[in-house]
Amino acid sequence: MSVAEKLIALDPLALRADFPILAERIHSKPLAYLDNAATAQKPQAVIDAVTEYYTHMNANVHRGVHQLSERATAAYEGAREKLARFVNAASPREVVFTRGTTEAINLVAQSFVRPKLKPGDEVLVSTMEHHSNIVPWQLVCEQTGAKLVAAPINERGELLLDEFEKLINERTRFIGIVHVSNALGTVNPVRKIIDMAHARGIAVLVDGAQAVPHARVDVQVLDADFYALSGHKMYAPTGIGALIAKAEHLEAMPPWQGGGEMIRMVRFDRSIWNDIPHKFEAGTPNIAGAAGLGAAIDYLEAVGMDRIAAYEAELLDWATRRLEQVAGLRIVGTARDKAGVISFMLDGVHPHDIGTIVDTHGVAIRTGHHCAMPVMEFFNVPATARASIAFYNTREDIERLAAALEDCRRMLA
Amino acid sequence: MDLKDLYQDLIVDHNRRPRNFRRMPDANRVAEGFNPLCGDKLTLYLKLDGGTISDVSFEGSGCAISVASASLLTERLKGATVEEAEALFADMIPLLTGKLPENAPREHFRKLAALEGVKEYPSRVKCASLSWHTLEAALKNAGQPVTTE
Ligand SMILES: Cc1ncc(COP(=O)(O)O)c(C=O)c1O
Repeated sequence: MSVAEKLIALDPLALRADFPILAERIHSKPLAYLDNAATAQKPQAVIDAVTEYYTHMNANVHRGVHQLSERATAAYEGAREKLARFVNAASPREVVFTRGTTEAINLVAQSFVRPKLKPGDEVLVSTMEHHSNIVPWQLVCEQTGAKLVAAPINERGELLLDEFEKLINERTRFIGIVHVSNALGTVNPVRKIIDMAHARGIAVLVDGAQAVPHARVDVQVLDADFYALSGHKMYAPTGIGALIAKAEHLEAMPPWQGGGEMIRMVRFDRSIWNDIPHKFEAGTPNIAGAAGLGAAIDYLEAVGMDRIAAYEAELLDWATRRLEQVAGLRIVGTARDKAGVISFMLDGVHPHDIGTIVDTHGVAIRTGHHCAMPVMEFFNVPATARASIAFYNTREDIERLAAALEDCRRMLA
Repeated sequence: MDLKDLYQDLIVDHNRRPRNFRRMPDANRVAEGFNPLCGDKLTLYLKLDGGTISDVSFEGSGCAISVASASLLTERLKGATVEEAEALFADMIPLLTGKLPENAPREHFRKLAALEGVKEYPSRVKCASLSWHTLEAALKNAGQPVTTE
């Protein structure tokens, strides 16, 4: 990006026009979509890419010699190359397409970690993980007799790095850590954690579902062994995501699922696996989703990840101060390094009622445990309400949320 | 869709001041209900005297709809027969989900009719039905906590 471009701040109003759904009316009110951590909306370019795929390219990949199959393969593999560039993977061979973050983590748990685990071994995660970075580890621990250990957080919702380091011991076989917490917004010092782990010869998986949409991620700078992400949170379709993994690991790992695509040769006495990353992509993949993901990456690069990060940081800051002015509102998760998310409680109004009431104002937020029940338990709350922002959100969206929250207080508190 | 149909004054009042909100040490039927989606949790206590519910109370935390629903339930069922409670349960779920026929009798709901507004809010039906499913478990004396999932 040139210096001149950097100086031009992102214009959210111009970008909003690229997202047709933002023009929807909800209960006859304009939509203020503040549930981006659950899933982001799609720009027209992504919607068009999916339509374009089905209109002009639909065929199976890697299988036909006919023109359409070549187009489909080019779209699918092209998306892999774009994603590799986007997160600076060393090669497209390090990009395994999955359904999303959840499937990527399960793949690593079963194929990389499970064969290494013996009874008494440990897998280390943090208290602020999404269930998708907890339950796959519980499953492998049950299968092997290993133990899942959760590192503590403080009252601000920050990881206690010293405690984390103390929990790494000679029994630790693997570490899973969320890059940005979806329940609290905390940005974790993943580079430091990876250094700590590598100093002891332990591999690390980073759950990047909430990081990739909001800031530039460089998996080589992080030196992450595994990095999991979901397309739908980065403005691409649902059902497509990826595991970015070091080639040396992928080469050494056994396949996870068997079927077509993942083999070079099949005989009843033995089969030979395909090369990476195809070895991990059994069956017909989500080709249209990959095409959409490629278009989402083009879109994000055109807007500029640095500009997105700068704009969202400023909006988060402003929104935090604005919401703190709402009587009875308490923010849950006040880490010094935060991204995109404001989780909160409102005195005298249960989060579930907040969700319903603000919805009638056209304001979409998430309420509940955000698939992070241990976080709720730590803060001793049954649930929170959560506003999560994207670059197409504006101060007006936040003002409308604040007004709707005042209405909640009037009705129920 | 008017929010006032959902948060009627009666419901707001029962949320602010839940009736029969207490533990019952001498209950002879107890059941727990849990709605994992929103973290609502409640414990329902019954004292059965022959075929009559001589006392009923609850404890727990939840959204306005689930607290008001439990509170109204206890008010309605105190002194009712088990048979009457079972019959009400059978009618409550259709009432809450909008499946009760237009011409079905409604007098027996009394104040519970205020909960009918949830039928316009599919994501909230479980909040209103939690206490009723918990009642059913208590009457059947099933040991397992009930969940709305
Ligand atoms: C931090 C985090 N990890 C993992 C996931 C799971 O992503 P997906 O459901 O797309 O697999 C999410 C999404 O909810 C998330 O926010």
